[in-house]
Amino acid sequence: MALTETEIVAGIGNEYKYGFHDPEDYFFKSGRGLSAELVAAISEHKNEPDWMRKFRLKSLEYFQARPLPAWGGDLTGIDFENIFYYIRPTEKQANSWEDLPPDIKNTWDKLGIPEAEKKYLAGVGAQYESEVVYHKLKEDLESQGVLFLDMDSGLREHEELVKEYFGTIIPQNDNKFAALNSAVWSGGSFIYVPPGVSVDMPLQAYFRINAENMGQFERTLIIVDEGAYVHYVEGCTAPVYSSDSLHSAVVEIIVKPGGRCRYTTIQNWSNNVYNLVTKRAVAYENATMEWVDANLGSKLTMKYPAIWLMGEGAHGEVLSIAFGGKDQHLDAGGKAVHVAPHTSSIITSKSISKDGGRASYRGLLEVAKGAVGSKSKVVCDALILDEDSRSDTYPYIRIDESQVDIGHEATVSKIGEEQLFYLMSRGLSEAEASAMVVSGFVEPITKELPLEYAVEMNRLIQLQMEGSVG
Amino acid sequence: MALLELKDLHVALEDGTEIVKGVDLAVDLGEIHALMGPNGSGKSSLAYALMGHPAYQITEGEALFDGREITELGADERAQLGLFLAFQYPHAIPGVTVTSFLRSALNALRKARAGGEEDPVPVPEFRNDLLAAMEHLKIPRELAQRYLNDGFSGGEKKRVEILQMALLKPRIAILDETDSGLDIDALKIVATGVKELVGPETGALVITHYQRILNYVEPDFVHVFVDGRIVEEGGPELAHKLEAEGYEAFTPEGAEA
Repeated sequence: MALTETEIVAGIGNEYKYGFHDPEDYFFKSGRGLSAELVAAISEHKNEPDWMRKFRLKSLEYFQARPLPAWGGDLTGIDFENIFYYIRPTEKQANSWEDLPPDIKNTWDKLGIPEAEKKYLAGVGAQYESEVVYHKLKEDLESQGVLFLDMDSGLREHEELVKEYFGTIIPQNDNKFAALNSAVWSGGSFIYVPPGVSVDMPLQAYFRINAENMGQFERTLIIVDEGAYVHYVEGCTAPVYSSDSLHSAVVEIIVKPGGRCRYTTIQNWSNNVYNLVTKRAVAYENATMEWVDANLGSKLTMKYPAIWLMGEGAHGEVLSIAFGGKDQHLDAGGKAVHVAPHTSSIITSKSISKDGGRASYRGLLEVAKGAVGSKSKVVCDALILDEDSRSDTYPYIRIDESQVDIGHEATVSKIGEEQLFYLMSRGLSEAEASAMVVSGFVEPITKELPLEYAVEMNRLIQLQMEGSVG
Repeated sequence: MALLELKDLHVALEDGTEIVKGVDLAVDLGEIHALMGPNGSGKSSLAYALMGHPAYQITEGEALFDGREITELGADERAQLGLFLAFQYPHAIPGVTVTSFLRSALNALRKARAGGEEDPVPVPEFRNDLLAAMEHLKIPRELAQRYLNDGFSGGEKKRVEILQMALLKPRIAILDETDSGLDIDALKIVATGVKELVGPETGALVITHYQRILNYVEPDFVHVFVDGRIVEEGGPELAHKLEAEGYEAFTPEGAEA
């Protein structure tokens, strides 16, 4: 994570740094394919209450009944029968990195997670395949009543709280992939921040896929109580394989009156991962929800973090970056739904495409009747790096209230030969010059990231750029 | 042999149109040369071609830097050898601050000088040098944190070009119409800045339409450039003659009249 500038530059030239994989020495690995028996077995293996087992089985029915979405990206390449839906790598969760099997510990070291935890995180959850193998929260937060657990432990230890909210923000039949997640979910984070408590340092979760044809289905539920604050950050990587893996998460967030939640994602899956994620938050009176969503990896991403502004004065922001390189299609964006009066939202999207890649903005802005005095601004900018690449914008807007203030701006630009020449005339190579233009293009978003993540983002951009002009 | 030597240099656009039609010029360390010519004479094309702009091709002759032919080198490699171009119209790089850009550029040059090994400038040293140079060029501090040339006034852009020259310490700097768009106070600061940067380690080629900047830069040599060729050469007095008489005497039409 925290890299010096020297390390950043030294990293240039490696196409995808996280493509390595560990040998498989697992506690439990399911067979390939999906069935009611498998879903029941997962639930039993986890010793879940009956209501959750039923929820899972019902969700499987919804999944099976729904066709694949016909919009967005090409999903026909997913072979649902070839996927491993559940792998438990270790018997017990560790709260010390030393207690993990050496290979797995080594992977986290390579990803820089233990070091980051020491330096600037309030808590860490590390998910490997289907389970969170390491979890820890700083003691002072624990004593203030902050809960930060993996979702399975959350269900075991705080069943009533989970039952109250689980599946209420994203119903199990919301869409095909939310239904799939609801059937086979495992891992993810459960967070509760009590009223008035501000978690000053970020909580981080890191998701690692290791096995080939793995399906990872983490499930996250975050409840920020009145006047509380939390910043949650997630990162993800996977090995490079010739056949595909599937990552399909569901994230539900509730921000109560006066609370604030920021959720930052730096998605860097390898180019054989389908990344199909449903993320939605509700914000009540004067609450603030912010999604910072950076997508650089994956074969196909379809992800549109949503905010429902349910209480008067609620504010929502989506900052989205999609960088589609060779053989990649990133269909990303955001949704803001204004239900209550005097709510406000800002959606800022930056799409970059290169080497024949495709990056799209797909967004929805909806203002319901009665949401008087609401304001929204949507800005989507696209930067296309070469003739072979593609960028699309699909801005859907539905306004049922007349007393509103809505703005929409879109720009498309190509990286300019003149800009590159100017930078190269100062000694920067073509790759360095291009990376600088791209970093500048996404700067309105990276400046919102904590320094360490901003550095990481710029480094990932440089790695992406190296492929095209090295 | 001078550090920068041009021998019968021809430059053409991609469509084959010849803009520079055989130029001989030698610029050495410690020297200031003025290249004066009317609009459209090909001065800026010569500057772009020397810096390696892909749209301006050197089609004939030689361009030698420190005895090495640079025609096939990219702009970055030429910069790494110590060539610099102050642009007439500097480009904006939104989202990249002046500070961050300068540090990256300086580190790229240092890396090249260290034979490809990383040799980043220590941050305190960089900060001191930057602030000193900004103060010297009367550039307000806040400009350091603004995005490079993004929304800058004409005068700010030109000052920041010279700021880049001050920090990157080229061996030969080409200044393309650095005086255009500057009021007299700004001109004085910029021109004096250039003058002070030239010395045992640096030579300069100042491209201009007007004599004005030369009052402060004080060139050692003046070359009159008309229609892609140097048509007259001399010392500083030539610039004054031009100011008084104009370029007509040197244009083909003028010569016939």
